[in-house]
Amino acid sequence: MNMHPPGELSASKPLAPALSIEHIAVHFGGLVAISDLNFVVNEGEVLSLIGPNGAGKTTAFNVITGFLKPTKGRVCYRGTSLNGLKPHEIAGLGLVRTFQRTSVFQTISVFQNVMTGLHSRGRSSLWDTLLALPRERESESELKATTYEILKLVGIEHRAGNMAGSLSYGDQRLLGVALALAANPSMLLLDEPVSGMNASETAAFMRVLDSVRGMGVTILLVEHDMPMVMGISDRIVVLNYGRIIAEGPPAAIQGNPEVIQAYLGLGAKKRARD
Amino acid sequence: MKRLLSWLAVLAFASIPLWLNDPYLLNACITTGIFIIAAMSLNLLLGYTGQLSLGHVAFFGIGAYVSALTSLGFDVELFGGIRVVHQPWPVWTGFVLAVVIAGICGYLVGKLSFRVRGAYFVIVTISFAEVVRLVALNWVELTQGPLALTSIPPFTLGLPGLGFFELYGKIANFYLVLVVGLVCYVVISRLTKSRVGRAMVALKENESLAVSVGIDVTRYLILAAVTSAGIAGAAGSLYAHYLRIIDPDVFMFLYTVTMVIMVITGGKGTLAGPIVGGLIFGFIPVIARSFATPELQWILYGALMILIVFVLPQGIVPAIERWFSVTDKDEGRAKLEPVK
Repeated sequence: MNMHPPGELSASKPLAPALSIEHIAVHFGGLVAISDLNFVVNEGEVLSLIGPNGAGKTTAFNVITGFLKPTKGRVCYRGTSLNGLKPHEIAGLGLVRTFQRTSVFQTISVFQNVMTGLHSRGRSSLWDTLLALPRERESESELKATTYEILKLVGIEHRAGNMAGSLSYGDQRLLGVALALAANPSMLLLDEPVSGMNASETAAFMRVLDSVRGMGVTILLVEHDMPMVMGISDRIVVLNYGRIIAEGPPAAIQGNPEVIQAYLGLGAKKRARD
Repeated sequence: MKRLLSWLAVLAFASIPLWLNDPYLLNACITTGIFIIAAMSLNLLLGYTGQLSLGHVAFFGIGAYVSALTSLGFDVELFGGIRVVHQPWPVWTGFVLAVVIAGICGYLVGKLSFRVRGAYFVIVTISFAEVVRLVALNWVELTQGPLALTSIPPFTLGLPGLGFFELYGKIANFYLVLVVGLVCYVVISRLTKSRVGRAMVALKENESLAVSVGIDVTRYLILAAVTSAGIAGAAGSLYAHYLRIIDPDVFMFLYTVTMVIMVITGGKGTLAGPIVGGLIFGFIPVIARSFATPELQWILYGALMILIVFVLPQGIVPAIERWFSVTDKDEGRAKLEPVK
C-alpha cells in the first residue's frame, strides 16, 4: 500500500526528530493540566506516554492534534509549527490520531467508514462530481481499492458490509485504526487503543501495530496495558501531575523508583528484579 | 434495479398530464412538486449534515421574491436619496438570480453556523426567516407588502426557429417543475454519493472523528447550506411564476414545517425520502378534501404523521430498503472482489 509520497520513507533517517513538544503548558482556569511538557518523538520510533489517570496524557494528545490550544509553548511536526492550525489541517500534515473510546461512524458500513476516512486522498473536484466527469469515477474506484487494502491490513475485510455499530468492541477499535490509516498518516497517535480488550484482541491489535510500524509510520502511544507498552515501545515518557518524571527505554523505566512510586507500583519492581 | 425504479418513477410522473384532466388535481401535482423540490433541498442539510434548518422557507421565499422582482422590475429609494430603478428582465434571469441570491443567503447562514450548531443553528435559521418575512411585509415600496406582487409573468421557453412560448398553462408548468426537480435530484444525488456526501455524513455522525481524518467540516457544512438554499430558491422561483402572485405569506412557518414533515416521514438522509414523504403529505389534503370536513382533514393529516413517525421512526424509505434488504452494490462487491 502506498501510504506515503515516494521518497518520504527513505528520507526518514533514524533519530531525526519528527514531533517535538516544546515546553507545553495547559491551564483550565486555575487547574494546571500540563505544567511543562517537553519531549521529542523520533522518525519511525514507537514512543509511549504513560502515567496515572489525570496525568495529562489525553490533554497532551488534544494539544498535539489541535483540538486544544496550549496556554504556553508550541508543537512542531517535521519543522512545521502546529500552533494555530485547525485539527483537519494537522491531520493533513500526516499527524493522525485515534480517540480513547470507540470512535467510528456508527450508522454507516465498515466499508463506507474507511471510504470516508480516505477523504483527503480523493482527487475529484466539486465539478468532477457534479458533472460526473471520468475523473470522479477513477478517483472513486481508486478509493475503493485502497479501502479494501486497509481493511485487509487491519484484518476486518470480512466485515466490510456490516454496519460499524454492529461490530464487536475489538473490531470497532481496529476500524478506528483503519480510519486513522485511511487519512494517510506519517505519524499515528493512539489514545488507549487496547483498553477494554481481551488478551486475544490485544494480541491481534499488536500484530496490526507491528505492520503499521513496518510501513515506517511513527507511533505515539498512550496506554495502561503495561505488557503491551513494554513490549512494543522504543522509548517511554512517564507523566505525573502534568510533568515528565522519567524518560527512557522500557528496561530503565521499569526499574525507575520514581515511576514505580507514582504509577507502576511495587509489583512491577519485583517483576523487574526477577 | 434501483436505476430502473428511478426511470420508471420518472416515466410515471411524466405520464400524469396524459391521463389526468382534472385541473384541480393537476394544480395539486404542481404545488406538491414544488414543495418536493424544497423538501429535497432541506434533506441535503437535515438528512446528510444533520443540521435542522427551521427557517428553510426563507430561502424559498427569497427565491420567489427575487425572481418575481427581477421579471417585474422595481423603483425604490434607498437611504440618502439613492434611487434604484430596475427594468423588467426575462424570467429565466430571475430564476438564475433566485438561485444565486438564495445561495448567497445560505452561505451567510452557513457561515454563522460555523460557531453555532444544534439548537442554536435552529434558532438562527428561525430568526433569519422571520427577519426576511418582516422585511417583505414592511418594505412596501419594493414588495408591495401585504398587497402582494401581482401579474408576475410566467416562464418562457425559447425554441430555436420557433420563437418563444409562454409556459402559461398547468401542463407546461407541470413539465417545468418535473424537469427542474429532476436536475435538482441529480445534483443532490451526485453530491451525496461522492466524497462530498461522505464528508457531510461524517460531520453528522461524529464531528471530532471527521476532523481527525482531515475533513474540513466547516467547508462542507457551508457547501451543503449553499446548495440547499440555492435549490430552495429555485423552488421559490417556480412557485412565484406558477401562481403569478406572491405575498409575505410565502415565508409562513407552516411551509417549513411541511418540508420537515415530508423529509422526516419519507426518510431523512435518503434520496427518495423527500419525494415519498412529499407525495403522501402533498396529497393527503387533496384526497381528504373529497370525503372529510376541513377539521377532520387536519386531524387525519396529523394522525397519519404521528402514525408514520411512531411505526417507522427512520422514515418510509429506509423501512422499505430494510424490508427488501437492499444493500449498496459497492459494499456487496467489496466483500467478494479480489484485491488488485
